[in-house]
Amino acid sequence: MIVYIIRRLIAAVLLLFVVTAVVFVIFFEVPRLGGQTADDLASRYVGKTAGPEQTHLAAERLGFTDPLYEQYGRFVKGLVAGADYDTGTSVEHCPAPCLGYSFKTQNAVLPDLLDRLPVTLSLAAGAAVLWLLGGVATGVLSALKRGSVFDRGAMGIALAGVSLPIFFTGLLALSIFSYNLKWTPPGGTNPLDQDNPWDWAASLILPWITLAFLYAAQYARLTRAGMLETMQEDFIRTARAKGLRERSVVIKHGLRSALTPILTIFGLDLGLLLGGAILTETTFSLPGIGQYAVIALRNQDLPKVLGVTLIGAVFIILANLIVDLLYAVVDPRVRTS
Amino acid sequence: MTEQEDIYLEPGSALDRAAEPPASGAFLDVRDLRVHFPTDDGVVKSVDGLSFQLDRGKTLGIVGESGSGKSVTSLSIMGLHKAGAAEISGEIMLNGTNLVGLGRESVRKLRGKDMAMIFQDPLSSMHPYYSVGNQIIEAYRIHHDVSKQVARKHAIDMLDRVGIPNPKSRVDDYPHQFSGGMRQRAMIAMALSCDPELLIADEPTTALDVTVQAQILDLIRDLQSEFNSAVIIITHDLGVVAELADDILVMYAGRAAEYASADQIFTEPQHPYAWGLLGSMPRLDRERTERLLPIPGTPPSLINVPDGCPFHPRCAYGELNEGKSETERPVLRDIGDGHQIACHLTAENRLRLWTDEIKPKL
Repeated sequence: MIVYIIRRLIAAVLLLFVVTAVVFVIFFEVPRLGGQTADDLASRYVGKTAGPEQTHLAAERLGFTDPLYEQYGRFVKGLVAGADYDTGTSVEHCPAPCLGYSFKTQNAVLPDLLDRLPVTLSLAAGAAVLWLLGGVATGVLSALKRGSVFDRGAMGIALAGVSLPIFFTGLLALSIFSYNLKWTPPGGTNPLDQDNPWDWAASLILPWITLAFLYAAQYARLTRAGMLETMQEDFIRTARAKGLRERSVVIKHGLRSALTPILTIFGLDLGLLLGGAILTETTFSLPGIGQYAVIALRNQDLPKVLGVTLIGAVFIILANLIVDLLYAVVDPRVRTS
Repeated sequence: MTEQEDIYLEPGSALDRAAEPPASGAFLDVRDLRVHFPTDDGVVKSVDGLSFQLDRGKTLGIVGESGSGKSVTSLSIMGLHKAGAAEISGEIMLNGTNLVGLGRESVRKLRGKDMAMIFQDPLSSMHPYYSVGNQIIEAYRIHHDVSKQVARKHAIDMLDRVGIPNPKSRVDDYPHQFSGGMRQRAMIAMALSCDPELLIADEPTTALDVTVQAQILDLIRDLQSEFNSAVIIITHDLGVVAELADDILVMYAGRAAEYASADQIFTEPQHPYAWGLLGSMPRLDRERTERLLPIPGTPPSLINVPDGCPFHPRCAYGELNEGKSETERPVLRDIGDGHQIACHLTAENRLRLWTDEIKPKL
């Protein structure tokens, strides 16, 4: 078991470096292949009035003229040991782990992301609880009452849930519950503090439900399919033959097995969301990582985009790692093989 | 115990059932059991008028090809058919209680405690995520209000009794860590954990190594004498029941073809289908003189069971009955000493065929 954990951890770290390399190449090499020179890249960071010489100086100062591996080396060094960025007027220190430095807004990227992480975290965690409970419960009931009115209704709604985009369901929810009924604030968020958690919850309830609806639909379908298959297994028959109550048969023997594949997908989904729920955050004006990514893209602020991408990758790799470890807890066959 | 008047009767009509004598007092008394599954293609008559009796301490072997209704019979005794999927009629008297029509919750309480079942494939029949011990503990605690420690001790005892070495450490192992034979032993330990009076073993050795098969059968026999339970062994392999069973019920197309003591079946089988089963059984105790004699054809569809004798399309001797085979369903009748068969062949014909044609080839 210890060996298994260590092996997974080493693999995760290696994977992270591969991801940084790939992302780095995509962001800094692909524009060059597309015909953009180092000077073109630098022109985004100097004023409109700057002439070619000044731009070229800026490109050199920013390191865009160096070979790519040197740029990547600097980036990795920044990740591990921190880096200093010369903005022209001063030298800014970006402490490790340095995810990059935005010359546009003249600040390091990581603090920005950490500022916005609580919002994204609140959104993802709350929605995850809702969609797991709702999706799995619906899926189990649908499987047990296969072909019933409930099953057909639930699967119909699930189909709608999978098909309807957030910017449709989200705007619909906003127009009904915020603008017409005025039950919830029309976007934005309140920080979670101990004195008034309700404000926090009220500002997030619509995004939670909207986001959870999308995922719950998918999870309901997956759970239903998994349960239908599991309940045909021989060990279910054995559990019944022992005289176990049907409820225990379903939950302890059926759901336990059917949930295992759901766990994998859940890890991926949650990891993906923690890297920013772009559509949901944009629709509900939530200042999270997703919104940050949209702003950075719009401003062509490459270090920020790179930072968001990397932090997203970190979350996905972390989530996968946790899922792998949980798998060993859930399935004894993984532990021994 | 096989001298039951009711078995002679053509089962099915209300009149017949009214004429049945009162319960025989056998521990398990199945009467005119019918298990039908309505499907889109028609009604599947998996079991269609089956009767047999079994006493404590005795073993009944139910033998037949795939799809003859053996497993469906055992699952209906256990009450394991899905509600609504199967239409079950007739009587299953267990210790004086009719299980047919008994509430699901009442049957559930009997399951595991009064009647238990061992399944064919012990690997897929045990939950992969729970340790062997946990599964036995669970089975025990459903019917006994005891602490986990007590149940665990009982589980270790049971594993010891079924011959699993070092049960104290193996109790925490998972099914995949057991060998096939050990898994089946563990299944047996689980089934016997609540000391059931009726044990149904559905092809208990089919998924096992030949060398392990004999061990498992020995184990079942030893435990039976120890627990004095009634045992039903379901198999397609006459070899399995040869040593174990007191009585043998040969099933064909959901009905009894022949029902007699094991001695009678093995020394003087009367039904052509039983001849076929014996002829297709490889034997090591005789010299190999000829090839095995397989039964031609395949088992009939249980939706459209052939008219007359369901076996007639595959029977080599049907023409001896002057057309009766195609039109008239043979009734299970006693031909002496409690030996019952459902066959139109006359006693002379059967004797002649057996001594002249069948016996020399076996």
